[in-house]
Amino acid sequence: MGVLSKITRNCNHATLLIEKKLITTLSLRERIFLRIHLIGCDACRLYQAQTTKIGQMIKNLFNESPGVNITLDDEVKKEMQERIEEKLNKN
Amino acid sequence: MSNELDPHHWVKAHADYLYAYTRARISDEELARDLVQDTFLSALEKVGSFEGRSSERTWLTAILRNKIIDQYRKKSSGLLNADVQRAEEEQADFFNSDDGHWNNEPAPKHFGIDEYDPLQSKEFDHILMKCLKKLPALWMSVFTMKHLDEEQTDTICAELKLTVSNYWVIIHRAKLNLRACLQKNWI
Repeated sequence: MGVLSKITRNCNHATLLIEKKLITTLSLRERIFLRIHLIGCDACRLYQAQTTKIGQMIKNLFNESPGVNITLDDEVKKEMQERIEEKLNKN
Repeated sequence: MSNELDPHHWVKAHADYLYAYTRARISDEELARDLVQDTFLSALEKVGSFEGRSSERTWLTAILRNKIIDQYRKKSSGLLNADVQRAEEEQADFFNSDDGHWNNEPAPKHFGIDEYDPLQSKEFDHILMKCLKKLPALWMSVFTMKHLDEEQTDTICAELKLTVSNYWVIIHRAKLNLRACLQKNWI
């Protein structure tokens, strides 16, 4: 396999670089690899668009303020406080 | 509010908050409850080190956070990694094993996400959630630390004891599985 086809065929590595690029800056070598790969690879260009969008969706999902109605039962809380008091009394 | 500790009121004042904080990071209800209880008990042992520079709640949350990270870390150790193996098997046929090229069937195809604007609508959040739930706990904890706590890469690596290259591999594999799951389940 020639050097060029190692770049153009390796979608596994290209998609890793796409993920890395969404978070950090790629090295020069990585940037060249990815640029050459994406010129000829429709599937990875589509991957890039889709995974970018998925990243936004994940971010939105985590940033919705959750937990407003996640609470503990009174019974559980009572037990928790009892164990605290127990430990306080031991010391 | 003065920064003093009052263990007699801890549960009343902070238990629900700490529990919700935990549940946003750990889905297991029972484990979440245990972590909150555990936080109060170990806080009692540390009252001497409380210097009043932060509020009681902030102090308790910091103790809890360490316990949550310990849980994440446990999940990254060898024995519990059956779920990682399972997830990796799912993507075993994504790429040609010789040259790394997409195999035909699992290669990205156009689907509904291409026209979808996640900033406009949350219509497909439930599918995303379903797909996220299938991810191994360790991969999920990386996402949680990144998006919920907005931690930087090196902090996440240090806390989960991952190498940076391992971190990229996890993000890559998690996104590969997520994308495939969304393509499969999008209606």
